[in-house]
Amino acid sequence: MTTELLRFTTAGSVDDGKSTLIGRLLYDSKSIFEDQYEAIEATSLRRGEEGVNLALLTDGLKAEREQGITIDVAYRYFATPKRKFIVADCPGHIQYTRNMVTGASTANVALVLIDARQGIVEQTRRHSFIASLLQIPHLVVCINKMDLMDYSEEVYQQIKEEFSGFSNKLNVKDIHFIPISALKGDNVVEASENMPWYKGGTLMYYLENVHIGSDNNFIDTRFPIQQVIRPYSDDYHDYRGYAGRIAGGVLKKGDEVTLLPSGFSSRIAKIDTYDGELEEAYPPMSVTVLLEDDFDLGRGDMIVRQNNQPTISQDIELMICWFNDRPLQVRGKYLLMHTTQEMRCMVGEIRYKLNINTLHRDLEDKHIGMNDIARITIRCTKPLFFDSYRKNRITGSVILVDEHTNETVGAGMII
Amino acid sequence: MTYQLNHLKELESESIFVLREVAAKFENPVLLFSGGKDSILMAHLAMKAFHPARIPFVFLHVDTGHNFPETLTYRDELVEKLGVRLIVASVQEAIDKRLIVEEKGYHASRNLLQTFVLLDALEKGKYDAALGGGRRDEEKARAKERFFSHRDEFGQWDPKNQRPELWNLFNARKQPGEHFRVFPISNWTELDVWQYLAEEKVPLPSLYFSHKRKIFERDGLILADSPYITRKPEEVLEERVIRCRTIGDMTCTGLWESDASTIEDIIREVSTARKTERGGRADDKRSDTAMEDRKKEGYF
Repeated sequence: MTTELLRFTTAGSVDDGKSTLIGRLLYDSKSIFEDQYEAIEATSLRRGEEGVNLALLTDGLKAEREQGITIDVAYRYFATPKRKFIVADCPGHIQYTRNMVTGASTANVALVLIDARQGIVEQTRRHSFIASLLQIPHLVVCINKMDLMDYSEEVYQQIKEEFSGFSNKLNVKDIHFIPISALKGDNVVEASENMPWYKGGTLMYYLENVHIGSDNNFIDTRFPIQQVIRPYSDDYHDYRGYAGRIAGGVLKKGDEVTLLPSGFSSRIAKIDTYDGELEEAYPPMSVTVLLEDDFDLGRGDMIVRQNNQPTISQDIELMICWFNDRPLQVRGKYLLMHTTQEMRCMVGEIRYKLNINTLHRDLEDKHIGMNDIARITIRCTKPLFFDSYRKNRITGSVILVDEHTNETVGAGMII
Repeated sequence: MTYQLNHLKELESESIFVLREVAAKFENPVLLFSGGKDSILMAHLAMKAFHPARIPFVFLHVDTGHNFPETLTYRDELVEKLGVRLIVASVQEAIDKRLIVEEKGYHASRNLLQTFVLLDALEKGKYDAALGGGRRDEEKARAKERFFSHRDEFGQWDPKNQRPELWNLFNARKQPGEHFRVFPISNWTELDVWQYLAEEKVPLPSLYFSHKRKIFERDGLILADSPYITRKPEEVLEERVIRCRTIGDMTCTGLWESDASTIEDIIREVSTARKTERGGRADDKRSDTAMEDRKKEGYF
């Protein structure tokens, strides 16, 4: 079994064909089961809908089904012999920006749908911007409903050019365009006979083959410690292992390492797992690291390479997406979570608020409410060991938690 | 040199990360163990996550008294092997104490009664996190679950107001009396579970493999003959070769006609199955939103 896992995110509103597209990917990869299909068929019929409403597959909550809208991220799964896919299906409306950000946080690929009849609309810009803000490595733009535009190459080229003009301002490494009809199935799983001018692969071909092997950071070694493993048993009397998931770089047995925050040096004596010792380990593996020397290390500490250390500072500057109806408070105190660290912090300055439709930076408006995105500064009670989000999505991300309500109120990407 | 994990190893690593976060972030976590394949997988992953130390969680079995006998045998052997402490919360006991009232009639099931007993056990044991083997691919309401899912002081789930969950940062903060349900295998599909259990050579209860059993049909489901269920006059017993795709109570677990007698047979069967595993669960069939309704009240 050498199937890779690919996580992708889609976002959209009721009418842009997103549900139809996901439905088709699931249906054509035989991931919709008879009883699921019969259940949504019965529900569609009962509600007097024309045909089977595939959106009911992803809209799992009663309120969503009643109101015909997607409120929350739904996760869907399908597999082909080459890959296994996790789809984070998000609502696309501006009031659900926070859900889009959530779905995008772990994705390898963002799938952006454009209705060929309408071209680029506000929602297209918003999704693409969020994909770029969350540093999703690959963006695939599906120009949908080509059947309604006579499968015109001109229409496709025009939209592609317009999108490229706008995406120059974004920071996405890899953008790919595919003309499709989700409804008719053109270029989704089967190559379209209606668009002989399109020489590229289908969407499924893209999803199965896009190179995700370099999406993790394999250069800058970062090992945040989750907890210390001490068996206290006769067989493992002196065993002291540091359990964690590798956030960056490659750890090798014998490596000279630096321990943060103490700055002490040691050497990796052993990389342990239940299945035996490893010579090396890389992201996103969960392992247990044993060091040659005994130090007082614990949760929240980090093992790094001597000549490649993260930034260590109490002051951080970040882009924040706000999730709560109580607005962000300047000089407000929040709980900050970063890798395996938790500490209090205080908001310093709001540098600017970003209009996510125009990408305009508003220096005057300091009201950061629900779904707003802003650049801010934060001061932490202890030094944080971090990288820029661009360099490492794990050591570069934080969440803010309201100390009184315990709600997760913001997600931050360190600049 | 390529550094790429296969999908099962990546899922394993994700689940181990979550299990370790639970051990670090909560004072008194408990692992909900039903004896089904998902909780067997959870136990196996927990063993790997803390190796060579013991699993730092107590196991809790909500025992309806309507189990397949094979489930209990398997449970006791596993607990012994892992060296963990098992707590059994009994539905029968709660009925005997008249804390809850048994359903009556042909469709009587103790499925709903489990919620009361579970919440009661969590409260008594002062458990602040309950690890469950729920998977998002199982059911549409479960598709909306977080890894760390907050429950209020009544054990209720508020699906419309869930905390956003980003990257691998899990917010485990709560008020006294509240608790969390944590689902480390959220991203596994049924097929992933089987493939992994096969790869890891994990022993499984005999119920999952084809065997002869006295059964009867009801509403298109095949149910096992048992002292816990009353048959209608037209429901006649016959012997068939069947197996379980999920294991729940004898009263609500639909059986599948199958001659899959090895785990490889099961994988072949699951990968070509045209019905979901919960398609055979009478407890889900009570309404279109049966799972969401139960989950809001505090069900698994």
